[in-house]
Amino acid sequence: MSLRSPLGHAKGLGSAKEGLHHWWAQRVTAIALIPLTVWFAFKVAVLSMSDYKTVLDCIGSPWSAALIVSLIVAAFYHAALGMQVIYEDYIGGKAVRIAAIMGTNLLLFLLAAASIIAVVRIAVGG
Amino acid sequence: MSSNNRPLSPHLDVYRLPLSALLSIVHRGTGAFLTIGTIVLVWWLMALADGEEAFNSAQEFMGSIFGMLILLGWSFALFFHLANGIRHLVWDAGYCFEKSDVEKTSYIVLGTSVFLTISVWVAAFSFGVGA
Repeated sequence: MSLRSPLGHAKGLGSAKEGLHHWWAQRVTAIALIPLTVWFAFKVAVLSMSDYKTVLDCIGSPWSAALIVSLIVAAFYHAALGMQVIYEDYIGGKAVRIAAIMGTNLLLFLLAAASIIAVVRIAVGG
Repeated sequence: MSSNNRPLSPHLDVYRLPLSALLSIVHRGTGAFLTIGTIVLVWWLMALADGEEAFNSAQEFMGSIFGMLILLGWSFALFFHLANGIRHLVWDAGYCFEKSDVEKTSYIVLGTSVFLTISVWVAAFSFGVGA
């Protein structure tokens, strides 16, 4: 028998108080990604049929590079938050769930870092 | 009499998912697919940074039938997730919860994602410079 009051017991079982930040960050990145993805998708579509020099100049121009880095940060953050929700819904075992979330976060961070470095290299020309 | 064999509702074997439920799970599916698909983006940017030779072989792969199929799926997944994501933001703001609204916006989401997918491919084949 526990000496905790029913209220205390419920409080102890309560949320970690971090859900709102997760939810809000997912919406903020979503809103940022609306113009960024439409812009980038059509830019890449046009560039897909272009030669190396044209693509390099177009991706590497200062504003373009800045927007792509913004896109990368927002997209990978959004992806990490979304994948976490999927794991939390479908993976029952706590250890596997935590490992999946952590592994995905680390991998997505690495991919984001690699692509940001690529954009910087393109922008500064080598 | 045993109650074990009674059908449960919604029983996924015999239950036709409403369009809104189908789009809901597809939103998740496309989200996970796009997360994996970021590898293509990273690879393309790294090839571009590596120089002309690496970039040209990346472009060649993307221009192949297999590459184009990946990009077709990628672009539709992106625009579907975008359109349905905007619908989610509308729901977050507290609008369009009526069943008729959900039905109507489901078709708007599908129409918008097909339209944007076609537009981006038309743009790709119409406005390429120099190659």
